[in-house]
This record gives sequence, C-alpha cells and structure tokens, in this order.
Amino acid sequence: MQLSLGPVLYNWTPERWRDFYFRIADEAPVDTVVIGEIVCSKRLPFVAPHLSAVIERLRSAGKEVLLGSLILPSLPRERRQIMELVDTEGFLIEINDLTGFRPLIDRPHAIGPHINIYNEASAAFHAQRGAIRICLPPELPMMSVAAVAGALPEVLIDVLAFGRAPLAISGRCYHARLHKLTKDNCQFVCGQDPDGLLLKTLDGADFLTVNGVQTLSYTCTNLLGDADALSKAGVGSFRLSPQDCDMVEVARVFRAVLDGSEDIESGMQRLTLLYPGVPFSNGFLHGEAGLSFVAPDSPAGQYGSHEPIRP
Amino acid sequence: MELICPAGTPAALKTAIDAGADAVYCGFNDETNARNFPGLNFSRDELRDAITFAHRRGVKVLVAINTFPRAGAVDLWYRAVDDAVAAKADALILADVGLLEYATRRHPAQRLHVSVQAAATNADAIGFYTETFAVRRVVLPRVLSVAEIADIVREITCETEVFVFGGLCVMAEGRCSLSSYATGQSPNMQGVCSPASQVAYEQEDGRTKSRLGGFTINSFAPGEPTGYPTLCKGRFTTKYGTGYTFEDPVSLDAATLLAGLRDAGVTALKIEGRQRGRAYIEGVVRHFRQAINALDSGLPIDASQLMPFTEGQATTVGAYRKTWR
Repeated sequence: MQLSLGPVLYNWTPERWRDFYFRIADEAPVDTVVIGEIVCSKRLPFVAPHLSAVIERLRSAGKEVLLGSLILPSLPRERRQIMELVDTEGFLIEINDLTGFRPLIDRPHAIGPHINIYNEASAAFHAQRGAIRICLPPELPMMSVAAVAGALPEVLIDVLAFGRAPLAISGRCYHARLHKLTKDNCQFVCGQDPDGLLLKTLDGADFLTVNGVQTLSYTCTNLLGDADALSKAGVGSFRLSPQDCDMVEVARVFRAVLDGSEDIESGMQRLTLLYPGVPFSNGFLHGEAGLSFVAPDSPAGQYGSHEPIRP
Repeated sequence: MELICPAGTPAALKTAIDAGADAVYCGFNDETNARNFPGLNFSRDELRDAITFAHRRGVKVLVAINTFPRAGAVDLWYRAVDDAVAAKADALILADVGLLEYATRRHPAQRLHVSVQAAATNADAIGFYTETFAVRRVVLPRVLSVAEIADIVREITCETEVFVFGGLCVMAEGRCSLSSYATGQSPNMQGVCSPASQVAYEQEDGRTKSRLGGFTINSFAPGEPTGYPTLCKGRFTTKYGTGYTFEDPVSLDAATLLAGLRDAGVTALKIEGRQRGRAYIEGVVRHFRQAINALDSGLPIDASQLMPFTEGQATTVGAYRKTWR
C-alpha cells in the first residue's frame, strides 16, 4: 500500500505552505504528493512563487509530484489556468473537474476525488482514456470501492484515509459571507482559519468545517483500521489530506501500521494525540452516515477523545 | 423558449400538460433518479402510458436517470435506459459518464441531455460531453449568472436548459455529500437529499426544532413557518454568530429574468419540483406559460403571483445576479 499526500486545502501563508512541503519532502514516508490550489483560484498567486522550489525539493526526495486542478472552475481566468496546467510537461495532472479533461484524453493522468467515479463503468471509461490513478470520492462504500478496484487492477486506486472529508463545493464563499464581505473583496479572511472554521448545530454539536467555497466534515476520516480490508479489495494507495497537525508524524503512523511494524491500536492512539479533540470517522466506507465511526474489530469509542460524534 | 415541467406522478404529468408545459420530466420509481422519494415517480407501465398521453397532446417527455449507478449494480441503470428508450422517451437526462457511454453505444439515435447533476459548469466541460457523447442539451448548474450563461451558449454546440423556479441547491449539484455525511443517504447514490425518514420535528423550550439524522438543522419561534430541514438550508453557529450559514430560506424565481435568458440564447426553462403536488404544478406552470407567452408577444411579465408557492415566502434570482460576488 502506497501513501499519497493530498493538496493543502486551507489558506495557509505562502511561507508556511512552502515550509510544510519542505518538511514533507525531507521527513514524510509518502510516495506521492499532490500539490496546487484546488479550492479557490484567488489563493493561487500566493503559493505560485514557491511552487518550483517545492516541486524540486519533493522530487529530489524521491516523491512523485502530481499537480491538482481546481474543483469548480467557472471564470474565464480559471479555465485558462486549468488549460495551462494540463499543458504542463513532465507532470501527472490530477483533475478535479472535467474542464481540463479533453486535452488529457489518451495522455496518462490522474482522476481526483472531486470527479464522480461511483462505479466500475465510469472508472473504466476514464481508464480507457488515460487515467492511471483514481482517487475515489470519499462518499463511496466498501462494496463500491471493491467493485471499482477489482475491475481495474491496472489503475492505482487511492482512497482518502486521513483528514476531513470534502463534502461540498459552492460558487459562493461562506467565509466571505460570514464576514459580510463579497467574494471579489474577500480580504482572504479564510486565512484566519488554517484548519477550517468550525460550524456547530444550534444545540452546540460540532458538525461541519467551512473553508471558503468548500464545506468539509468536522470529523477526521481515519481508515487505519480498515487498511487490511481495503488492501485486499485492491486499493493501492491511502491518501492523507493535510490538516493543521503534524502530518509527517501522521504519515509515519500510517506507514508503520501498513508495514506491520505497529499495531492498529497503537497507531490509533498516536493519531488521537497527533490530531487531538477531533473525532474520527469512517462511516462512508461502512455505508453509514459519513460522520460515524465504526471500529474494525472492537467496540466504537475506545480511542480516547475520539468518541463517535453525537448530536 | 421551451417550458420544461416536473411530474412526480401520472396525475401531475397530466396537470402540467393541461397547464401549458412543452415538455415534462419524470423518473422511474427507484434509485435511478435524483428524486427517489416514497410514493413518487413512475412504474414502467405508468411511464409508457404517460408518454403515449403526452405525445397525443404534442408534449415531450424527458426521463431523468440521473443518479450515479451503484458499483456492482449498474445493470439496474442500464435497464432504466433501455426501458425509457422503449417507452419512446423524447430524451434521457443522464449524469454518469459510464451511463452516457452505454446509452450512446446502445441507443445511438436516442436524444441525450446532460443532467444538472453532472455539474458541467463551463464551455470546456460541456464540450467534453458534446464531443464524447453527442449530447443535444445540457442542464446548467444553478451557480451561473445570466452573463456567464450567454458566454457559455456562444461557445458550445448544444442546447441549454436552465432552472427558473423552485428549490435551489446551494452547493454545486452532483458534487455534494452533506446529506450522506449526516444520514448515510445522498442525492448521487440513493437519489435523496436530507431524507424524510431521518427528519423529526420536536418541541423544545417553546420552539419547534427540525432535526436531520438527529442533528438540529433549524429552530423556529412560535408562529414562524417551519421549513424542511434540508441540511444546507439550516441555521448554524460559528464563532461569528448564528444564522443561515449557507443560504437564507429562499426559493428561486427567475420570472423577471426571462428576457435576459432568452437573449442569452437559452433553449429551455425548467421548473424544479417533482416532489410537489398538483396545485403547485398547476399554479407555477400556468404562470410561466403566461410569462413566456407575454415575453413572446412583447408584453410585460407579472411576476407577483407566485409567492404562495415559494418556501418561506421569499424568493431570489439566485446566481443569475451574483450580488454576493
């Protein structure tokens, strides 16, 4: 089982963004790193000056670097950016929308988790057109993951295994709305929440995370305990999505458990400490509400503060 | 412009036709369509009869098979395509690329439309569908302004259909897992959003609380109209306060924008609401029929009559005018 690191979804300062990837390059046992601003095109100019240095550092460390594309492009400027991106030579492009798809047809490319692959027929459609990696949508249950992976052994199937699950994307920016700003004059207020903005129900239950135009789960996906079943189903890569925590150490935990040098329980306990206070979830994979956590072989809720989320 | 109207039942289909629909869209009574609600939609026999009835009246029937086929069970969706074609559907409304490929290969003469669930938001994405599957029309996501629609129409080779009235998805359609996050059931997979089976209304401290999957989605003061707890339309709390985080409780009414949509080159206007009763269908369809007729004759459009049909008695022109940009 390989490990991939998804793109940073939050609006981190350019220096922090750069230093995060420098450390990943030097320390994290991940095979593949997807970089690029995929949530909001307005943030792209900030990280752009650091892109080449980050790519060079990651590649020197032996990481495969994928370039991710914007999830919801609509402006002419955003479409141009995507067309430039897919023309970039020497990189595997991970597309998150079909906007940049036509130029990629019959060229090796990767399908990101924001493209709707729900079944073996749509996965085969993309594989026939050059997809060599598919990161499946986080909503898929085990049976669907297994059906897709089983039908396409030649395609590397990647599954979100750590991090908040992306749930929705909008034309409208909710950070701007909450700050009573327009999207065009947003003052980049999303940067105030490097791990997203917590949204609670009226009863005070922690519920969702707002990240500009994107809405994510409050819970943190954690498939460490499902690794064995997913591996047997043909999944070839676990994706770790950056949160505001020690992602190098998170990657080390996953690597150690996947390699059998650490048991699941110990790995779970370490993840609890690495990303404290945020409940884990794997409900989507088990065909239940996405926010729920189904413990693999033991009663739910044994992992310290990571009680299943309750209304 | 064509007027495309919803029908959740054969009776609603007849009502829509009587009220002036140019085309009616509907689905089978299973998980193959994105309005898979109990007691709604058409059996195979009902669809065949409905299409025969509609064709006699000169009205088209568009069949929505617009969920994403469940892995390991795609045959169910293939059968829906075959049966809709056999029933002489005028067009199939599809979202999944695997299903579009099947329909194109198996029924090359069948007219295909790209569902709003496919989230084809710009001319490049739409171009992929028209080149790959020879689709004839795309239903545009509700995230575009009239000016953006005009730009898209200029760049693409197929027809466009836009929503003008009814419930409004706040998030990009077909790319939203909020419902399954809280309930385990999603529009893309089960064809339901915020399913009624997981909804509860409870009295607490003199207020009515609406819950979904056990989570409080809204709370209403006595006398305040209690809306359905669709997740994205709830009231939530952040460190900046409490309110409608994603969208105020409004429904779409683009009646005042019909001339702009016509000038943008839009082919068809769509009314949301396959889950709605006959009174709603009758009122809304008749109003838009009159509005389109008025537009065609150069007469002013009276946009005031639809208030009884709107959620929370408030309407928006939605993204068609991006006041929040």
